[in-house]
Amino acid sequence: MARKLWHFHGGLKLEGHKHASMVDAVEAAPIPSQLTIPIQQHIGAPAEPIVSIGDKVKKGQVIAEMQATVSAPVHAPTSGTISAIEDHPVPHPSGLPNTCIVLDTDDQDEWLEGRKTHSQFHLLDPEELRILIRNAGIVGLGGAGFPSYLKLQPGQGKLVDTFILNGAECEPWITCDALLMQQRARDILDGLSIMRHAVQAGKCLIGIEDNKADAIQALSDALTEDEKQYIEIVTVPTLYPTGGEKQLIKVLTGMEIPSHKLPIDIGVVCHNVGTAAAVADAVIRGIPLISRYVTVTGTAIDKPRNLHALFGTPMDFLLQQCDVQRDAVARLVMGGPMMGFEINNLQTPVIKTTNCLLTMQQNDIADEQTALPCIRCGECARVCPSQLLPQQLYWWSKAKDFDKVQDYKVFDCIECGCCSYVCPSHIPLVQYYRFAKTEIWQQERDKQKSDHARQRHEFRQHRMELKKQEDEERRRKKKELLKKTQGDKKDDTKKSAIEEAMARVQAKKQQQNIESKNMDNLTNAQRKQIEEADARRERMKPDDSQEDTNS
Amino acid sequence: MLEAILVLAILAIIFGLLLGFAAVRFKVEGDPVVDQIDAMLPQTQCGQCTYAGCRPYAEAIANGEADINQCPPGGETVIIALADLLGRDPKPLNAEHGEAKEEKTVVVIDEQVCIGCTLCIQACPVDAILGAAKQMHTVIKDECTGCNLCIPPCPVDCIHIVPLETGLKEWKWPLPDTSMVKPDTSNIEEQA
Repeated sequence: MARKLWHFHGGLKLEGHKHASMVDAVEAAPIPSQLTIPIQQHIGAPAEPIVSIGDKVKKGQVIAEMQATVSAPVHAPTSGTISAIEDHPVPHPSGLPNTCIVLDTDDQDEWLEGRKTHSQFHLLDPEELRILIRNAGIVGLGGAGFPSYLKLQPGQGKLVDTFILNGAECEPWITCDALLMQQRARDILDGLSIMRHAVQAGKCLIGIEDNKADAIQALSDALTEDEKQYIEIVTVPTLYPTGGEKQLIKVLTGMEIPSHKLPIDIGVVCHNVGTAAAVADAVIRGIPLISRYVTVTGTAIDKPRNLHALFGTPMDFLLQQCDVQRDAVARLVMGGPMMGFEINNLQTPVIKTTNCLLTMQQNDIADEQTALPCIRCGECARVCPSQLLPQQLYWWSKAKDFDKVQDYKVFDCIECGCCSYVCPSHIPLVQYYRFAKTEIWQQERDKQKSDHARQRHEFRQHRMELKKQEDEERRRKKKELLKKTQGDKKDDTKKSAIEEAMARVQAKKQQQNIESKNMDNLTNAQRKQIEEADARRERMKPDDSQEDTNS
Repeated sequence: MLEAILVLAILAIIFGLLLGFAAVRFKVEGDPVVDQIDAMLPQTQCGQCTYAGCRPYAEAIANGEADINQCPPGGETVIIALADLLGRDPKPLNAEHGEAKEEKTVVVIDEQVCIGCTLCIQACPVDAILGAAKQMHTVIKDECTGCNLCIPPCPVDCIHIVPLETGLKEWKWPLPDTSMVKPDTSNIEEQA
């Protein structure tokens, strides 16, 4: 039975800190009075709000629709009234605010009617399944948040040999996937079968780290005889970052994904266990992605545990459910200690990718030391799971030589943080790579923009040139025409032409003088009156002032 | 002897024809270096380099008339890239042509004040201003390169420079604080 396993390069054995938050079973967090739901909770284009302020929405109703291929719709996590659509802090390393839909909850938690359920998913076409998964707003729940339906689209001529379900959860402190496997083993297996059907895959592997014995047991117990034919639960050694997609694929299959390629290119599709449970909810029960398990833990929490939270719930609200020592929280991190990022505003909402809220006290972060010069020890290269050369990447990032950084494959870096962790000089190496990556993206955007500007400028010049030619042409034609007409009247002198014109004008003037325009169709009496008036005027001519008194 | 001369003569004719044909067949129109330089310039068409646009400046650099440090919108990045391409030493931006901008800007037209004179439309090198005579004008933000060429012609001063807003997509990780990289010598001093 023992399956042959492989090793990825490097990696770290880290202290788990997982036990404390796994004591209690997962409970649903209470519904807060207000939910702040960001329109971007995934990788790709933000969703477009389709509700307006004052609208009453039901639980599960779409409130923002996807506008691009790489995007995901957002659903109302509970029933209530939309009270605002405005900028709020969102979970992002920048701490910048972004558009959120604010929902005042009504405690009814009333579901949208007419949800479609599909218990016989085997009978559905893979494309129908993908549409169901897409419309349910499901994104990768392992952390990255890539729209799942796209990962279930193998593309033309690509066969999926192995479907891998990622239950490794290698990062310290985080336990939401472990508890999900314990409590919702059946749903995870259903979700796995649905996704397997969607990509028409052969065998399925569920990779779980060996520190989650209860989860492995729960899944093994739930496995039916039929499912055993194609699903195998594989226990993998606990080593950070086994939960990385490329790393888990390497451990389970021995295959490596080439640089700039995707797992699908080597016939593998990998999804998180949380995504599988969400797929089961969406297809079998018609429940869109509106909530998830969130680990609330860390040293400033008295009662660390997992909560089933609705998206949009303020992080502070969840911390309070776990008896947080508010004053002791020196830092709140979303995600784990290795790959998570700091959240500066406690009111920031939980989103689809929020797997863990990790609190740290002052003395936890006090050991963080200032960076010292690199001593070229090479520890970073030894632990790098992507087999990169972190030192070289560091030098070139620091020197802002981004061509060199790309030569050293910065985009193969998974930002796992192993290099920074082992660095004896405490150099924040990953920060340098993130800096380099975003700078390179910026340069690419600038390049696109400047190319676009060049095109527009060149078109403008082309247009002006055309216009100039056209004007020239018109002028030339006019001149020719003039010449021609002058040629016809060769015997007429210029003078006679002017005289003629003068005469015309004179004649016209006289005509106008005699006959005013309003003097047509007059009665005889009126004419007589006019004549009288004219005669009077004639008489009075020397003295103008008298004319007024007479008339 | 005669044979050798004959063979060489025939060879010379063949190669001559070959070269002549190649010269016609593979003739390169224009100077390819100009294209390469032009591709590096930011295409704001702002004219701060004293040339009538990015392409004329690229031509001037290629002809050796202009220096590589005359493009303020491009700043250090463009100077380094040009120095790399042309095998010259990078030098600091020539202050005569202006200062490098800290952040990207675009212009907006105060639509209440605009009188619809179309002067700015004629000045815009990338057709980023929309409007017609005696109609209100507006700037297409996505097309504006921030060259500010539309500002001087405006008779009512209704065009203003605003920083380009950066959203989550444009946000960049900052470079870690390198000033923190200094050896901690306190231990050594204690031991001494």
